[in-house]
Amino acid sequence: MQNNIVVNKVNSGNKKSFREYNCLKVLKKQKYLIFMSLPFVIWLFIFKYIPLWGWTMAFQKYMPGRSFFEQEWVGFEYFIKMFQDSTFYLVLRNTIAMSLLSLIFGFTLPIVLAILINEIQANKFKRVVQTISYLPHFVSWVIVASLFSKMLSIDDGLVNNVLLSLGLIDKPIAFMGEPKLFWGIITFADVWKEIGWNSIIFLAAIAGISPDLYESAMVDGASRLRRIWHITLPGILPTVMVILIMTMGNLINIGFEKQYLMRTSLVRDYSDVLDLYILDYGISAGRWAFGTAAGIFKSVVSIILLFSANTISKKTMGVKIV
Amino acid sequence: MKKTSIGDRVFDVANYTFMVILTIVTLYPFLNVLAISLNDSIDTVKGGITIFPRKFTLNNYVQIFQTDTLLSSTLMSVLRTVVGTITGIISTGMVAYVISREDFFAKKFVTAVFVFTMYVSGGLIPEYMLIRNLHLTENFLVYILPGLISVFNVIVLRSFIDALPFELQESAKLDGANDLVIFIKIIFPLCMPAVATLSLFIAVGQWNSWFDTYLYAGSKKWLSTLQFELQKILLSAQSSGQQDIYGSSDMVSQKRVSPESLRMAMTIVATLPILFVYPFVQKYFIKGLTLGGVKA
Repeated sequence: MQNNIVVNKVNSGNKKSFREYNCLKVLKKQKYLIFMSLPFVIWLFIFKYIPLWGWTMAFQKYMPGRSFFEQEWVGFEYFIKMFQDSTFYLVLRNTIAMSLLSLIFGFTLPIVLAILINEIQANKFKRVVQTISYLPHFVSWVIVASLFSKMLSIDDGLVNNVLLSLGLIDKPIAFMGEPKLFWGIITFADVWKEIGWNSIIFLAAIAGISPDLYESAMVDGASRLRRIWHITLPGILPTVMVILIMTMGNLINIGFEKQYLMRTSLVRDYSDVLDLYILDYGISAGRWAFGTAAGIFKSVVSIILLFSANTISKKTMGVKIV
Repeated sequence: MKKTSIGDRVFDVANYTFMVILTIVTLYPFLNVLAISLNDSIDTVKGGITIFPRKFTLNNYVQIFQTDTLLSSTLMSVLRTVVGTITGIISTGMVAYVISREDFFAKKFVTAVFVFTMYVSGGLIPEYMLIRNLHLTENFLVYILPGLISVFNVIVLRSFIDALPFELQESAKLDGANDLVIFIKIIFPLCMPAVATLSLFIAVGQWNSWFDTYLYAGSKKWLSTLQFELQKILLSAQSSGQQDIYGSSDMVSQKRVSPESLRMAMTIVATLPILFVYPFVQKYFIKGLTLGGVKA
């Protein structure tokens, strides 16, 4: 992604191509390239840049139907209102809690799985395990939510059946209606869905470690765990660091699909994240300006996180991700 | 090599056991739902179905496909997947090819405007207002246009094109081929592994999405998709408490089939296409993903 640095240099570059005498010639010679990119640049402008202009809504008493110049400007009023809203702090807490949980489990467990898969000697078994572990990644959150609500159902759900037959509980637990369990259920569902898929990148990194290292370690009589500890782990450390930093940069962007699909009215205090707050306040309640303000808050935090992660990455490893 | 110590053997046993458990935990929910969907609805209420149906019947499937809604929403899911994947991969390919051309005068500009959008986006509400202002609501194009190109896919494909020898393009040019012909006849076919992977990603994304239907086309029956219908049933089951047997939906009343059984059958219908496709493209997507990962 080295070209990303280009962003700041756009205006100073290309001097040569724009020299008057060959400008037309270049345009004519590259007309097919222009023809192949111009429609998509226009598409990009409409669908990605016009919404950025929409940020102005947050500073207006926005009324749909009125033109831009007829809107009443209110400055930071909606931001102040948002910071005074106690629900805002509740959803912020939920967002941070669930993203930290997914960082802790969703990031480390795929590494463990990759190492363990790599230790399987029987190739066929290995392939079967891998193929099965990717499956949940490809199904939608709607399906995952449907499966989980069945498994966790109070009425003949697997988890309740198992716990009952083991004698650990006397009567079934209403898992989906228990506020305190929501973060855990979401994190588990997330790990269940993505663990296999996220392990691919680490498996590829392990495959890149020289087999000589393992052979000489075996000659020296190093045990399995020692080989993992002294060869595999250091071998994949650079990959682990890059993925960790990228994950941290995306910490606040945890989405809302899983929370939206798995929440019930009983757990709203623990399930609602920033995006759902924007959806409920902004679109469902029609408070456009307020919702946009919350969206801007999220974008700004996300950019700050990304650039901090990038700086850390540059300082510690000399790798830029932005 | 064949010197296995006791410690190693313990490790192996533990490891294999763990893998078997992982496989069961992954597959059991699907198998359980499959069994319930193939089991008589009234019998299911008694409980105790695991991975085999007790009173086998196809009635649940017959019921869901007898309603117009489900048949038309399945067709709409297929349609948006096909159209969205074809337009998506061609657009992605064109942009990736153009920005791979070092000699293109606007290469830096085009790359920059695309990459910038990976980091900053307008967010939910400005995008919603845009779609409304463009009159894309309740329009099939809302499934295709807003998500036409993913910049991440463009970058993966460009790294793939960069790895191809440039001489191929130069010799084609000497033979009089223009850039469009070079793209269609040389670059696109050579990128097949990457194109197959990205097409799979785009297709899965299209097949799985429901939120755009919810937001922009929820009121129009003919635009409804399978995932959206499933989502509606799921939420109505959840809001009517845990006793989803008593849940009501316009689709299920007077059918002598419980909403739960219908939901399970729909879940299977929505999962099956994916089950058939992804194992066959697996070897490609691992390559594609690691390529993207290495470059990132």
